[in-house]
Amino acid sequence: MLKLSGKVVYKGIVVGPVALLKKDDQQVKRTKITDADAELARLGKAGEQAQAQLQKLYDKAVKEVGEASAAIFEVHQMMLEDDDYLDAIHNMIRTEMVNAEYAVAVTGDNFSEMFANMDDDYMKARAADVKDISNRLVRNLMGQEDVDLTDMEPSIIVADDLSPSETVQMDKKKILAFVTVHGSSNSHTAILARMMNIPALIGVPLNLDEVYTGMKAVVDGLNGEVIFDPSEEICAEAEVRVGEEQEKLKLLQTLKGKDNVTLFGKTIDIYANIGSVSDVGYVLENDAGGIGLFRSEFLYLGRDNFPTEEEQFQAYRQVVQMMAGKKVVIRTLDIGADKQVDYFNLGKEDNPAMGYRAIRICLKQPDIFKTQLRALFRAAMYGNLSIMYPMITSVEEVKKIYEVVAQVRAELDEQQIPYKVPEQGIMIETPAAVMVSDELAEIVDFFSIGTNDLTQYTLAVDRQNAKLDDFYNPHHKAILRMIQMVADNAHKCGKWVGICGELGADLELTEEFLRMGIDELSVAPSMVLKVRKAVREADV
Amino acid sequence: MKKFECTIKDEVGIHARPAGLLVKEAKKYESKITVTKDGKSAEATKLMALMGLGVKCGETVEVAVEGADEETAYEGIKTFFETNL
Repeated sequence: MLKLSGKVVYKGIVVGPVALLKKDDQQVKRTKITDADAELARLGKAGEQAQAQLQKLYDKAVKEVGEASAAIFEVHQMMLEDDDYLDAIHNMIRTEMVNAEYAVAVTGDNFSEMFANMDDDYMKARAADVKDISNRLVRNLMGQEDVDLTDMEPSIIVADDLSPSETVQMDKKKILAFVTVHGSSNSHTAILARMMNIPALIGVPLNLDEVYTGMKAVVDGLNGEVIFDPSEEICAEAEVRVGEEQEKLKLLQTLKGKDNVTLFGKTIDIYANIGSVSDVGYVLENDAGGIGLFRSEFLYLGRDNFPTEEEQFQAYRQVVQMMAGKKVVIRTLDIGADKQVDYFNLGKEDNPAMGYRAIRICLKQPDIFKTQLRALFRAAMYGNLSIMYPMITSVEEVKKIYEVVAQVRAELDEQQIPYKVPEQGIMIETPAAVMVSDELAEIVDFFSIGTNDLTQYTLAVDRQNAKLDDFYNPHHKAILRMIQMVADNAHKCGKWVGICGELGADLELTEEFLRMGIDELSVAPSMVLKVRKAVREADV
Repeated sequence: MKKFECTIKDEVGIHARPAGLLVKEAKKYESKITVTKDGKSAEATKLMALMGLGVKCGETVEVAVEGADEETAYEGIKTFFETNL
């Protein structure tokens, strides 16, 4: 039995098997062989295995993200059958009498080098695909397991930390809990856990060599503990508590369909924050009144080239149609800082949170921005869509955005493509935006306060640094006064104001927000009914 | 041997997926199908070589078909280029 403590990001308790996500160090050694035919047979088997793995990935991706995005796995399958690639490997095995792992690794490097040296960015990115298929072959040859969650039974994911693109690839139905060694309470693992009502512990001082896939564990997100290989007694006790938790959840379900109204008749909208099209299911399931923050980054993450206008249009249209007339606030691209994407070639920064990110990228590289705006304007024809611009610090920035908007409109007009200019608002997440919110309110349609960044910038606390979690106090008077100021300035101009940061779901503040006159709270889908409960019990 | 020229209309050129589809199409025929751009050639049955040509949108390639079934292969491949690329 191994009992460890960590920081809780989402409360809840589960008992289940562990799935260990460990990044393998692929160290390929060159060894001499004596039987080339036997080596080629091994290679053949590894290839067949790879084809089957890719077929599975393809089938899964088609179901979850659509055929266009799944095609990459089909391409991988074809690359594995490529004559030149296979000939090179075969040749090396026969003439140099080396092991298949080595021949694959060297050939993979050579071919990926060829793509890396091409003068076309798209083709350069293909180098990663060649590496990927070669690594897959090597893994199969070495008998290492693919980190494949498709066949996994529902499990407790144990990892060092998870990147946004890793979380994107997971089948969310199969995740019982997260336990990570690193990560802060604002990391992507944490955001995902809150989205899906999944108990999560981070900063657990765990040696990953001590646990293995299939091992039983109890994650107790109420006490902040994880117990690997628990005794039967502990298991039985945990099972009882799992049952109790489920009862409480059932009680919350009775609030579905009820109004968000206080004891004194004050109302507020409760919307949901989502990060991908498939999350819309959670929004509807939890009876949110709309989507207050749709992070459009998912379209850009976990891939190796820019999403086309058509792909974006389809995704936005799908969401507004699924929400059937309910408001959907889509935030434009917020890449940079903690969300890095290789093909943006952003380069390393000393201080990425204050660096080249979000609207700054959009204004400096208007082509990227225009593609997204075109897709959004076209999708606005299909439902109640609003656009929200992140990381604003000044009136001038908004004016620059409107210049791009005017260009996009002129182009769409000229091409006679039907579109609608939706409601346009901004995130208030910099102290600068707070201070000039009176002027900003005059030129935008709404405000949504991003409390995570606002807190980090106001308190000068890096939210990616887990050591500073104790200093990250979003209840600081400075933050609450800023929220009041923003709300007052919005209302003076007759505009609505929402909160879409983690603070929106802070039940200790729900009553205060109602008092401040906040019009909308956008929270993780799993928090919608809990916030509704707090509103209905509020003495305002 | 039969030849035709084709200007690529696909936004990203002969990128991975269309190249893959072309390989599939080319493998249906016995004839040897060669794609040439700026003096560099690749057999249409070889995915990575094909991608290695780095054909971009607006560029013109020459496609040569030679072999026992070159009539049907020519028609098939030409239609493929016109509709997919």
